[in-house]
Amino acid sequence: MCLAIPGKVVDTFDQHGMRMAKVQFGGITREACLEYVPDTKVGEYVLVHVGFAISKVDEEEAQRTYQLLEEMDQLTELLAPVVDEHGSRENER
Amino acid sequence: MKYLDEYRDGRVARKIVDEIRRVQTKPWVIMEVCGGQTHSIVKNGIDYLLPQGVELVHGPGCPVCVTPLEMIDKAHAIARRPDVIFCSFGDMLRVPGSEGDLFTIKSEGGDVRVVYSPLDCLKIARANPEKKVVFFAIGFETTAPANAMLAWRALQEGVKNISLLVSHVLVPPALEAILASPQNRVQGFLGPGHVCAVMGYEEYEPISARFRVPIVITGFEPLDILQGTLMTIRQLETERAEVENEYSRILDRAGNRTAQKLVSEVFEVGDRKWRGIGMIPQSGYRLREEFREHDAEKLFDVARIDTREPEICISGEILRGIKKPKDCPAFGTLCNPQHPLGATMVSAEGACAAYYAYGRHLQRDEVDVPVHSLGGAA
Amino acid sequence: MASLESTANPDSKEHAAKADAGTVAIPSPFFGSCPLPIFEHKNIVLGHGSGGKLTAELIDQIFLPAFANPILDRLDDQAVVEINGARLAFTTDSFVVTPIFFPGGDIGQLAINGTVNDLAMSGARPLYLSAAFILEEGLAAQDLRRVVESMGAATRTAGAQLVTGDTKVVNRGKGDQVFITTTGIGVIERPVNISASRAHAGDKIILSGYIGDHGMAIMSQRENLEFEGAIESDCAPLHQLVAAMLDACGDQHSEHPIHCLRDPTRGGVATTLNEIASKSRAGMLIREELLPVRESVKGACEILGLDPLYVANEGKLVAIVAPEAADSILQAMHNHPFGQHAVIVGEVVSEHPGMVRMETGVGGTRILDVMFGEQLPRIC
Repeated sequence: MCLAIPGKVVDTFDQHGMRMAKVQFGGITREACLEYVPDTKVGEYVLVHVGFAISKVDEEEAQRTYQLLEEMDQLTELLAPVVDEHGSRENER
Repeated sequence: MKYLDEYRDGRVARKIVDEIRRVQTKPWVIMEVCGGQTHSIVKNGIDYLLPQGVELVHGPGCPVCVTPLEMIDKAHAIARRPDVIFCSFGDMLRVPGSEGDLFTIKSEGGDVRVVYSPLDCLKIARANPEKKVVFFAIGFETTAPANAMLAWRALQEGVKNISLLVSHVLVPPALEAILASPQNRVQGFLGPGHVCAVMGYEEYEPISARFRVPIVITGFEPLDILQGTLMTIRQLETERAEVENEYSRILDRAGNRTAQKLVSEVFEVGDRKWRGIGMIPQSGYRLREEFREHDAEKLFDVARIDTREPEICISGEILRGIKKPKDCPAFGTLCNPQHPLGATMVSAEGACAAYYAYGRHLQRDEVDVPVHSLGGAA
Repeated sequence: MASLESTANPDSKEHAAKADAGTVAIPSPFFGSCPLPIFEHKNIVLGHGSGGKLTAELIDQIFLPAFANPILDRLDDQAVVEINGARLAFTTDSFVVTPIFFPGGDIGQLAINGTVNDLAMSGARPLYLSAAFILEEGLAAQDLRRVVESMGAATRTAGAQLVTGDTKVVNRGKGDQVFITTTGIGVIERPVNISASRAHAGDKIILSGYIGDHGMAIMSQRENLEFEGAIESDCAPLHQLVAAMLDACGDQHSEHPIHCLRDPTRGGVATTLNEIASKSRAGMLIREELLPVRESVKGACEILGLDPLYVANEGKLVAIVAPEAADSILQAMHNHPFGQHAVIVGEVVSEHPGMVRMETGVGGTRILDVMFGEQLPRIC
C-alpha cells in the first residue's frame, strides 16, 4: 500500500482555495496538493501519495542517516569475526 | 531521482547484508506489514539477499486484498448503474467480486474510470452534473487524508453529485489481531512507513510493550527494508522490544498533525471486516454523520448479495503469517493472478500474487538462486 | 489442446456445460466448492488488447482454431512466405490509439511505422503498404488530413509505397475518431532466418535504446493522469537499422548470427523477451542496471507505479544474436540514429528454459512474467 514518491517542489500556487504545488519527479512534473504540509517552500522535497504531499523530506536527517549506512563497513571491519573457509566463525578479534 | 536512487545502491545493500550476517545468531521471523514493502522485496529480490534464518513474512498491509467481498460486490452493483460514473484507483479494477470485476462491468457498458488522485473526482462530478459520481475510497491511513479532503471539499463546495464508498482499514488493530492469535509466529515487525508518515508511531508503542515485539518503522526502498531488518534483528538478538524509526528522513513520532486533524473531522473509527481475517473491532474508518449526503453506502440501496469465499482459500492464515502460499493446494494451479480465488492473490502486493510472480511453478532446483529455507518456527 | 477437443463435438456434455456456464469444463475436484475461475470471458474486455496473457488466450482459443496452419502457428509478428523462390514477409496491424495526436507522433505515423517494423523484424525490405480507415462521423477533416499527410511522409521515409486502401465511416460514438489498419509486404533479400524460436544459450540480448517512451508519452495525455515533461513517443521506422545490423555480420558465419528480432510494442520488453524465451524454449538472464530508461520516463513510472519493462515502445527492437557477432552488430547500431543508445542487457542461458530472470540493482533476483492485462496506475 502507500505508493508515495519524493519529489522537488518547483512552484507553489493556490487553486480553488487550496494550496498546491508543482512537484518534479526525475524530469517530469505533476501537481500535488500542499494542504497537509502548508509551510513548504520551493526547493524543498515532499513525499507525494495520490496527488497529496503527506510529509516533507528532512534533508539533514537523510544526509546523516545515509552517511551512517555508507560508513557501515568501516565499523563492520573493526568488529568482524574472522570467518574461515568453511564459513564458521572464530572468536572476535 | 533524489531520495530514491541512492536507496537502491547495490554496494550499500551488500554492506547491510554483511552486517545482518554478522549480528544474527538465531533464526527470526519478521513480518513486513505493508503491501508496498512486499512489492519492493519481490521486485528487488531482497529475500534472495538475506541470510538463511531470516524469514520475511508478508502481512495484511494490502488494502486491496483485505477489502471484504461484500464491499466489492457493493462497488460493482453501484458501478453497473447507468446513472453512475464509478471512479477508482487502478488497483481495484481487476479485483473480482462474486461476478466479474470492474473491467467486466466496463465491457458491459458501465462508466468506470481510473483516477490517480481523489480530487480528480471533483472535476468529473462538476463536468457531469446529471450523473452521480461515486469514488471507491479504499486504503490504509496513508490514503485517508486524500480521501478525507475529497469528502471535505465536496461538502464545503456543495458538490451534490459526488459520494464516497469507504473501505478504509487501520494497521494497529490488525497487528494486535495477528499478535493475539495463538498460532502467531511473528517475532518482529517492519512497520508501515507511509502509514506512519501520516499517523506517527505513538500507537505502536503500547503494542510493542504489551506483546514484547520490536517494531521498526521502515521505508520502501531496498536499503530501507534491509536497514529496517537489521535494526529489528539487533533488537531481537539483544532481547529488546521497542519502536524504532528507520524512516526518519520522512517521519517522526507525531506524524502529520494537520492531516490527522482533517481525517478525524471527516472519518470516525468503526468495526471493519477484513477479507481473509474476519471482523476486527475498531479497525476501520467510516464517514461521520455530517457527511451522510456523500456516503455511497447510505445513498445507494445495495441489496445484500450472498457472498462465499472459496473453501479452499487459506488467505486468512497467510495474511497472519501462519502459512505460506506454497502451503495452499490451489496455489499456482486453480488459483493464480489471472484467476484469483482469494484475498492474497487478487493484487500484486498480496503474498500469493507476489510469490507467484517470482516463484511461479518453479521447483527449487530449476532456478539456480540461493532461495533461503522457509524453515524457522514453522 | 484440451479446449479444442471439448468444442469439437457439439453434442458432448462438455460442450453443453460450456455453453451454459460460459466456462470451460475442466474436470476439477474443487468444482462444487468454489467459484470456478473464469477461463473464457463472456465478453471481450480491454485487457484482451493489451498484448499480454489475455491477448494470448484470445488468440489461442478463438483465432488459431479457426485458421490453423503452420505459418500462423508460429505466431511471429509477420508471416514469411515463399512464392516462386522469392521470400516475402507479409503483415497486418491495427491502430486505435487515443489521443490521435501525441507528443512525438500521431496515429498515422504509428500506423505506417508499426507495419514497416513488423516487416523489418523478419529482415525484409518494406515494399508495398495498404491502409484501411474507419472514420467516426464528426471527425474534423483537417485532423484527417494531418494524419494522412503524416502517413505519406512516413511511407516515403520507409522507402515504400502505399498502393491500395479503403475508407469507411461509422456513426458518431461508434468509433474513436479514427481507426487505421495497415498491411505490408516486404522482400527478404538476405539469407537470414530470423524467428522467435531461434534463441540459443550463449546468445546476447540487445536493446536498441531507451525503453518506455511511447507508452508514457500516451499516458501523459490520458485524462486524470496528465503530467508535464518532455516524454515523446519514440515512433520510428527500423528497417534501415535492421539492414545495417544484418550487413554488419558479413558472410563469414555459416548460420546468420542474428537469430531473433522483435519490436517490443504492447506489453513492453518483458513480454517480448518472454515470447522469445517461450518459443525458443530457452532461459534468459538480464541485468536491471543495464536497462536504458530516461529519467523522465523513470519519474513518470514511479509516481504511477508502473514498470518501464512493461510499457509499450514504437521505435525499438530486441535482438538476440550469436555472441561472437554481438560487438560488430552493436557498433553498427551505434552508427545509426535509431540505435545510438543500443546496449547488451543480458544473455540467453540454458537454465530455467522459457523463463526470463533479472538480476536486480541491489543484487537480488526477480522473474519477469508476461503481463496479464493492462498495466494500471496503482496506489499500493
